[in-house]
Amino acid sequence: MGGTTIDHAEVERFGRLADKWWDETGEFAPLHRLNPARIGFIRDRVAARFGRDPLSLTAATPSGPLAGLNLLDIGCGGGLASEPLARLGAHVTGLDAAARSIAAARDHAERMGLAIDYRVGDIETLADGTERFDVVLALEIVEHVADPGLFLRACASLVKPGGMLIASTLNRTAKAYALAIVGAEYVLRWVPRGTHDWKKFLKPSELARPLRTAGLDIAELAGLVYSPVTGGWRIDPRDIDVNYMLVATKAGPVP
Amino acid sequence: MSVQPASLPDIRADVVVIGTGLIGATLAVALASAGVSVVAIDRLAPAAMTDMRFDGRTTAVAWGARRALSRIGVWETMAPHAEPILDIRISDGRLEPERVTAATSLLHLHFDHREAGEGPDRAPAMGYIVENRHMRLALFQRLAALPLAVLLAPATIARVERGEHGVETTLGDGRIVRAALVVSAEGRGGGGLRESAKIRVGGWSYGQMAIVCVARHERPHRGVAQEKFLPGGPFAILPMTNDETGAHRSSIVWSERTDLATAVLALDDGSFAREFAARFGDHLGVVAPVGPRFHYPLSLSQAERYVDRRLALVGDAAHAIHPIAGQGWNLGLRDIAALAEVVVDAKRLGLDIGGANTLARYESWRRVDNLALLAATDALNRLFSNDIPPLRALRDLGLAAVNEVAPLRRFFMRHAMGVVGDLPKLVRGEPL
Repeated sequence: MGGTTIDHAEVERFGRLADKWWDETGEFAPLHRLNPARIGFIRDRVAARFGRDPLSLTAATPSGPLAGLNLLDIGCGGGLASEPLARLGAHVTGLDAAARSIAAARDHAERMGLAIDYRVGDIETLADGTERFDVVLALEIVEHVADPGLFLRACASLVKPGGMLIASTLNRTAKAYALAIVGAEYVLRWVPRGTHDWKKFLKPSELARPLRTAGLDIAELAGLVYSPVTGGWRIDPRDIDVNYMLVATKAGPVP
Repeated sequence: MSVQPASLPDIRADVVVIGTGLIGATLAVALASAGVSVVAIDRLAPAAMTDMRFDGRTTAVAWGARRALSRIGVWETMAPHAEPILDIRISDGRLEPERVTAATSLLHLHFDHREAGEGPDRAPAMGYIVENRHMRLALFQRLAALPLAVLLAPATIARVERGEHGVETTLGDGRIVRAALVVSAEGRGGGGLRESAKIRVGGWSYGQMAIVCVARHERPHRGVAQEKFLPGGPFAILPMTNDETGAHRSSIVWSERTDLATAVLALDDGSFAREFAARFGDHLGVVAPVGPRFHYPLSLSQAERYVDRRLALVGDAAHAIHPIAGQGWNLGLRDIAALAEVVVDAKRLGLDIGGANTLARYESWRRVDNLALLAATDALNRLFSNDIPPLRALRDLGLAAVNEVAPLRRFFMRHAMGVVGDLPKLVRGEPL
């Protein structure tokens, strides 16, 4: 593919926070609070695509609803999505450009007794190889890369025929600026200032276009909405003004 | 369930439950029934806990709790030993020593289960009285049948280490149980876990003691539970199933000031029977106390937190209330249903079931409900445990007023039935 989409300043910034990934009340607390809603969404959509029961627990299916599926988590950070998805049975490969995040992710997974294939690297190198995945995840990463179009085409190429891609990011709207930048970074101080650059947020059309170009079909767009009353997040199929998720599929026989 | 062989390797489970009393055993059954692996540990063997002389109490299983017990597969076993409560009568009584009869106020509060629910939600009873012994037998039987439950009892615990990544429970024989979460169901004493987490407990003793025994009476109780507010404390008559000879029985919870209770407990059988009958009254014909007299001090306590790193408190370890409204176990059951639900939800998402967010959800869900009932039962006891004339008159008027207003009566009744509030799925009778 050539070129790189890595933004070195971003990699350096997340690397510095590597030992904070798993502190549920620390710097990444907002991501931990977001996790149940986004993992639930991923679990349900993947289970639906591959004909699994999303709610099956160990008792019924010893290896979980995602058993046997190869899943790539791009920009995995400390493994906040990789670990739960591995517990649900997926064979997870976690990729991140920050070596210190990968070291933290490896250490944590080992202590939790989880086998996850964590790798330091860039997506272009992986896309140049022959490995392909049933599920490719690009969660809260597109808004941090240098060239989203290039990045998304590489993501799409890593999906097996019949497989799927799920991406999540922030919409470039005035509401997103108010909530994600002013609200989360300045008023509530949920995340450090400078975590997000509003200009790099993507409108759904900008997220979808490179994926379509790369041969994927857009299956669904859904919003992730914060509820100040419960302090939790939920999926809202209509409100995609701030955080949203996109599901795309690749034609082919579903395993 | 597996019985422990002589040398067993380290055990892995999702959850370790310490204490297998009514609360701990119910939690273990609820979790293992829903696909969560559990190791339950107690220092006493099940045979000791189900012995006739171990626990003479009965439990008032509220309607919501009964739905939960059905859902986790234990109700059917205890149902033959459960007597439905069809009606609750509350009265304000005064003891007149010279005549040795309980002069009960004519003003009554009367709850009838037929008023509580409408449509398909309508309950066949307000609740059920079940002997604790039969509840324990049903719970242990179910536990033994669940492949995801391991019971280690009797077993001692050398130490519990709650780390960032998991809990290691070292048993007295050196074996180690590794889990993501440890639950203390150690009762109001709290055991070592609550202390190790430096969770403080606030509360007070009521200076009262509950004398618990069984009454045999001439006439059937017709499913009526009675709560008489006597000056020394409430005297509750709870309908039980007939004994094996067909004799009519009720379970008695007789609260009395500690000094008086101590004296009453020391009485010979004849004197005890006379004191007893004076309080019970003659509405069910000839009455006599039978079997052993048990006694339990009454106290109220509330833990400042219900959770700590990889630790959750349930039941009396978190909050012990006055047994005045028969709600202690039912509150504990709501803890169980809420904790089981957040643990199952987390496990279905592959999340860390002992993580801070999972536990925070449990705590915030339960705290409001528990504090409300704690305050209500405490106020009720304070209001009724005295014999000051103006208060008595007010009480009588209050009871009569509640009786006059059907919506108010339904409100109190639905609370007693445990079907109010942000109910966990199990209490609503839904699967996890």
